[in-house]
Amino acid sequence: MPIEIPTLNIAALTPFLAVTVTAFVVMFFELFVNDKRILGYLSLLGLAVAAISSVMLLGVSPAPAFQEMAISDGYALVLNLIFIVTAALSILISLSYLGDRALQRGEYYALLLFSTGGMMLMGAATDLIVVFMGLEIMSIALYVLAAFNRRKMGSGEAGMKYFILGAFASAFFLYGVALVYGATGSTNLSAIGNWFTSGGGDLTDPIALVGLSLLLVGFAFKIAAVPFQWWTPDVYQGAPTSVTAFMSVGAKAAGFAALVRLLMVSFGQAFTLDWQIAVAALAVVTMTGGNIAALAQKDIKRMLAFSSIAHAGYILVGVVPGTIDGVQAVLFYLMGYAFMNIGAFAVVAVLEHRVAISSAIEEYAGLAARKPLLAAAMLLFMVSLTGLPPFVGFWGKLYVFRAAVEANMSWLAVVGVINSAISAFYYLGVVVQMYMRPAAATEDGEEVVPISLSGPVTITLAVAVIITVILGIWPTPLVNLTSLAVFG
Amino acid sequence: MLQEFEFLGVLGAITLTIPVVTLIIAWLLRPKKPNPAKQETYESGIKTIGDTWVQFKAQYYIYAIIFVVFDIEAVFLFPFAVALRQLPLYSLIWAIVFIVLLFDGLLYGWRKGALHWN
Repeated sequence: MPIEIPTLNIAALTPFLAVTVTAFVVMFFELFVNDKRILGYLSLLGLAVAAISSVMLLGVSPAPAFQEMAISDGYALVLNLIFIVTAALSILISLSYLGDRALQRGEYYALLLFSTGGMMLMGAATDLIVVFMGLEIMSIALYVLAAFNRRKMGSGEAGMKYFILGAFASAFFLYGVALVYGATGSTNLSAIGNWFTSGGGDLTDPIALVGLSLLLVGFAFKIAAVPFQWWTPDVYQGAPTSVTAFMSVGAKAAGFAALVRLLMVSFGQAFTLDWQIAVAALAVVTMTGGNIAALAQKDIKRMLAFSSIAHAGYILVGVVPGTIDGVQAVLFYLMGYAFMNIGAFAVVAVLEHRVAISSAIEEYAGLAARKPLLAAAMLLFMVSLTGLPPFVGFWGKLYVFRAAVEANMSWLAVVGVINSAISAFYYLGVVVQMYMRPAAATEDGEEVVPISLSGPVTITLAVAVIITVILGIWPTPLVNLTSLAVFG
Repeated sequence: MLQEFEFLGVLGAITLTIPVVTLIIAWLLRPKKPNPAKQETYESGIKTIGDTWVQFKAQYYIYAIIFVVFDIEAVFLFPFAVALRQLPLYSLIWAIVFIVLLFDGLLYGWRKGALHWN
């Protein structure tokens, strides 16, 4: 008697497989290649294949894979593109950044690709177990990457903190999965949804709701929402800047990816009835907490860490309405955020030289006179992160706030706008340092260390600047792309 | 809903009670005649030498990790081998892919000198 083989439909997961296979190939060649930068370019090639296959799959109708465990719907594929952009820009930063610090190793690129694969799996997962798998693949690679600079104490500390707190959050998440499974009898997202709507489940079932709140805690940790944000500044500051750039966007986007699918597909009704207010409250404290803490920062990496917490709050505003418009606004925001935030980190990575400039904001004084173009790029990213037109950050905020207004939650949009005004203070503080303060006087005999811009990181900066400006003036292409993001 | 989980609570209570009760009974019944030889740490019948708190070579854990490669391989290949005749051909290809992936890991550890003891 032949055994029935489950249908896998591997084609639906081509982007994920392209990235994972590239990671294995990178690990293999790491053993034989002396110039590790080749592996960085090889990784970019793998990401390009993943991007092309994602775009091609967008034209095909969504197909479930691995027995309804994952799906290649528009939502997953648009998210894939966000992860690929994030990974590619970070790899370009890494090619320069690691080389300056003698950290150029093949494992770095392999881990970064594994992490990207985990993110893609989180976006495509339609089963809580697969969400967890993606979460762990992503996180474990990130723990190692955060600690990658072995010669620096701060880096090891970052990795350790991230690992311990991350494991803690995973436990919350798993407990949530267990309770939801206990209540609904399934870990499949649509089956959980069916249980609520037609399967005899009831929206006030205590076990399911406790499970949902535990899942929310797990996700809130990954997206760094207040009050689960305490790890963020230390980890972002200690980790190598190229890794910080990657996880500030990638890990956040992946957390949102699975959270939004869970809330929309599984808890749709329970969410819009009772839970909107909980997520709205999370959004308000996250925006406000992140912005107020960012005001007090003296170190640019810590400042950007708190700013990324605030941005998680703005993105949560788009999640609250529970409408497909809100979801598409979230994706628009994430894509725009990928370019402007990684751009800002690229500037930090260039300036964070061993001796020239550390990451203290004060040391950015007089940058406009020394490197006018670099200062102009930083100015542009800061203005875009504040959310002023004509940059992509403005449209991102506009769309998420509009989704809230359309769902009769104007008060939430008002809180968001007030917070954007607060954030202007610290973003423009960097600009004031660069343009209006003179550089600190050098002592006699002390040499001014030149700031060197090498090829790859210049490409990141150029791409980030161009996209931030173009999408700011003409956001239609990205709007059209995110409008393809529907649940299959 | 909650009633369905009742048996878990009952099971928990029983699993806690049985060992505790057994230990209490043993403690009540056993004769208590200690002497120095009896109180010594048991070490397979051999007298203990030196301090208990010694440092192990941390390198050892790398062997343990490499061993996991073979462990995983065995766990997945045994059921595969048993069912081989009933499986279509392409499942064999997947088994080979699986072994290649594990081999990549082993090769990586090998080339990095993880199997080299010094």
